[in-house]
Amino acid sequence: MSKRKGRITAINGNMVKVETDSFIVQNEVAYIIHGNERLKAEVIRVRGKCAETQVYENTSGLKVGEEVEFSEELLSVELGPGLLGQIFDGLQNPLPQLAKECGFFLRRGVYLKALPDMMEWDFSPIAKKGDCVRAGDKLGVVPEKIFKHYIMVPFSIEEECEVTHIEERGRYDFTRPIARLKDSSGRHHDVYLKQNWPVKIPIRAYSQKLKPERTLVTKMRLIDSLFPVALGGTYCIPGPFGAGKTVLQQLTSRHADVDVVIIAACGERAGEVVETLKTFPTITDPRTGRTLMDRTVIICNTSSMPVAARESSVYTAVTIAEYYRQMRLNVLLLADSTSRWAQAMREMSGRLEEIPGEEAFPAYLESRIASFYERAGIVKFHDGSTGSVTIGGTVSPAGGNFEEPVTQATLKVVGAFHGLSRERSDARKYPAIDPLTSWSKYKSFVEEKEVRAAHMALRRSNDVAQMMKVIGEEGTSLEDYVDYLKGEFFDFVYLQQNAFDKVDEATSEERQKYMMHFIHDNILASQFDFKDKEDALKFFQALRQLFRGWNSAGWGSNEFESIESEVITKLKAYLKAGQEKVNA
Amino acid sequence: MHKIYTNILQIAGDVIMVEAEDIGYNEIAHIQTQRGSSLAQVIRIDGKNVSLQVFAGSRGVSTGDRVRFLGHPMRVASGPNLLGRIFNGSGSPLDNGPALSENMIDIGGPPVNPVKRVIPNKMIRTGIPMIDLFNSLVESQKLPIFSVAGEPYNNLLARIAIQAEVDIIILGGMGLKHDDYLFFRDILEEHGALPRSIFFMHTAADPTVECLLVPDISLAVAEAFALEGKRVLVLLTDMTNFCDALKEIAITMEQIPSNRGYPGDLYSQLAARYEKAVDFDTAGSITILAATTMPGDDVTHPVPDNTGYITEGQFYLKNHVIEPFGSLSRLKQQVNGKTRDDHRTIMDTMIQLFANYRETLEKRAMGFQMSSWDKKLLKYGRLFEKHMMSLEVNIPLEKALDLGWDILAECFLPEETGIKKSLIEKYWPKKTTQTS
Repeated sequence: MSKRKGRITAINGNMVKVETDSFIVQNEVAYIIHGNERLKAEVIRVRGKCAETQVYENTSGLKVGEEVEFSEELLSVELGPGLLGQIFDGLQNPLPQLAKECGFFLRRGVYLKALPDMMEWDFSPIAKKGDCVRAGDKLGVVPEKIFKHYIMVPFSIEEECEVTHIEERGRYDFTRPIARLKDSSGRHHDVYLKQNWPVKIPIRAYSQKLKPERTLVTKMRLIDSLFPVALGGTYCIPGPFGAGKTVLQQLTSRHADVDVVIIAACGERAGEVVETLKTFPTITDPRTGRTLMDRTVIICNTSSMPVAARESSVYTAVTIAEYYRQMRLNVLLLADSTSRWAQAMREMSGRLEEIPGEEAFPAYLESRIASFYERAGIVKFHDGSTGSVTIGGTVSPAGGNFEEPVTQATLKVVGAFHGLSRERSDARKYPAIDPLTSWSKYKSFVEEKEVRAAHMALRRSNDVAQMMKVIGEEGTSLEDYVDYLKGEFFDFVYLQQNAFDKVDEATSEERQKYMMHFIHDNILASQFDFKDKEDALKFFQALRQLFRGWNSAGWGSNEFESIESEVITKLKAYLKAGQEKVNA
Repeated sequence: MHKIYTNILQIAGDVIMVEAEDIGYNEIAHIQTQRGSSLAQVIRIDGKNVSLQVFAGSRGVSTGDRVRFLGHPMRVASGPNLLGRIFNGSGSPLDNGPALSENMIDIGGPPVNPVKRVIPNKMIRTGIPMIDLFNSLVESQKLPIFSVAGEPYNNLLARIAIQAEVDIIILGGMGLKHDDYLFFRDILEEHGALPRSIFFMHTAADPTVECLLVPDISLAVAEAFALEGKRVLVLLTDMTNFCDALKEIAITMEQIPSNRGYPGDLYSQLAARYEKAVDFDTAGSITILAATTMPGDDVTHPVPDNTGYITEGQFYLKNHVIEPFGSLSRLKQQVNGKTRDDHRTIMDTMIQLFANYRETLEKRAMGFQMSSWDKKLLKYGRLFEKHMMSLEVNIPLEKALDLGWDILAECFLPEETGIKKSLIEKYWPKKTTQTS
């Protein structure tokens, strides 16, 4: 079959109209032939003989009449061993290799294979000849970094197949089939170490989607204890600029208790990606003893890279996340920021002259955001094992105002909302997640009554603080004042965490449970005996100082225990009569 | 031979539409009118209808004028011959010197591959304590100065330019008042910085659209120098004018506005420019300082808002000083641990006490009684404002740190500052006794 071709008829930014005599497939990839450059584009609307395409490159110099080749393939990524530790752009071009080839700049029209053909892997078969297999079933395994990377029946195979041939143990590259399958109609399918998958279609090779119930431990106390995220769940972090979204994402990518982390740097600063990609190879992951880079894939389409590729980068990222989920792993996808992705859609929609919705965002904004977050989930495979994709997206609302379309559309579909506030970040209270407005639908590992008491203490404290602004400290009763201090204290010693302190930056599940229990039983739920407000203030200030040291003491260390006994002594001195017992 | 077309179909705003064939997107054309000539750039092609934005404005363009397409995108000369020269917004000389045509480079080149960047790690010293001490400027940083019109942001830019230890200074002026332009020229000359400076000047008298080219030209020239290993400082003033020109063109082209009339791609447009700030692995660097005036001192206005999401912090100029709250250098942590061991401590302590001082001011305004601690704070705040915040102050970082200790010692006892004992022993001034 000869290649289908067309010619450019109009150019407007990265939107190029192409006229052709042949048929056109919606969302197929097309290449614009400009001299000896081939620029990748995607068909996004078809009108009669005219295909409207978004070009993934700068369109400078393109001319009306230039030739366009249609490929009939949807925009796809390569899935196979070798993705971990890599840095890709939004179209899955490996950036380090591009730098070797093109130097300082990203030359347009240069596309490299994500997984070079000649790379070799040690393959061991799992399936046997004659086995009956389905899409996603394990055929064999290769070792990749610390994981067993399963080679699976291609996800595109729709029916049960018979294994007619499988290779023996040995080293194979990507060009040699490692197995051959026969479907019921007798057609043969060769299976390689890698497969392609269109990014905009979810991988569904599993038996069922489960309810996300287990907590994903991020080691951030405020998140895990009060606004937890579940494995396979979704959450969003909206916040104005400078409130610490990216730092929060970076901390999560370091400490989260998951197997694989996919970082989608979508339309944000290049400098931030540089920091991740230069520091991760030097940080040891305490769980595995290997570098953090070994469990990370970075998809990076920073703000000055082509806008259309920004749109595809989140899909590329989620597809790779789903692929590692199929390995029976727990994957965390961090997208920073989904607002830039939404803006990319807005730019394209404007060029297509679609009727705009609110703030000129397209009408389909909500459904696109919803279907993206719906790709998260914990799934059960046919063999009973599970794997999960958790999605956390930051949102950068214009003017820091959450009443804007992207934040609102996101809030409708996520399971947890971690709203950052300018006031908290200005007061240097980090993480700057506002405990009064944030929420989570997932269950924490901390006891429910303690969580409730903590929320209550924070609300009560805030109420008293508001009241004090009007009537002054003098007019506030001692009882109210103590409630105020309790909330402030809890915020300071438990919710706030020092990212620059080696111990305090990450708190284990066990330690969180212990501390929360201690604070609840001995402080939040206790009655104290104070002479006056000053006495109370002094007591809480001293306690705060002790806790600060306690938070930086290693879990189970001698220092930890000695500070604990100091705290207990301090508490005993002030507890109301009849309440002397201190729970430790 | 360049193609010449005379069939101008439409003139609307500063955009003309001409019937032409075989024209490249973003190509530059030359328009000859009765009033003179202007450059224009292709911004849309639909079949044979080619829309161009006319940089000198469309006033006086006739439907019979000649449009000559140059067959390439906007280019600018680069290299050492530009040093000490002054050009207008489209790169023509304003200083009676010869027009340059060597080392022509395309403006708006491709983005830098992130893996070829290095983590910024070199501090740029400016002699301004509010910057050096509290929000250190780092080589390759992109940082706007947010202020309302009327604040001395151009003076601040000029001061940083003459004091910063960089190889080359490029000034891109957009909608600059003529006297501001002369101010920049004179002050750089006075301090002998002119021979290492290049000016691209678009003044308020020039057609608005012409300022669209200024950031791209300035940054393209800067990039060429940076690739040669030079450390370049680019000053852009004022980026709000650039955004307003974008808005004007977008509305003329009947694009759907997203927020207060600004086009939906404002973020991408600004990012494409600011992201040119870079520290190249094995080559030079580009640092960008840009003035952004905020209409109505409103930081949620689309221009400062989008800028804030792109840049690595901001200096907030208010009441003629750099306001410590609201100003932020996101990269300061990369450098302020390596200067002197008391840098971070002095930075944190002084800011914290200054925040307390502001609270005390509020308390005083509400008529509460001042305690002895409040009085100490008031004294401290006054000294801080006078000796640290004032833009008149011009001292190196080490002197600023010493000054910080002196101010603290003048107002407080060592234990009132909460500073670590070891540092107190090392730096707390011995002689001064507390006076109050």
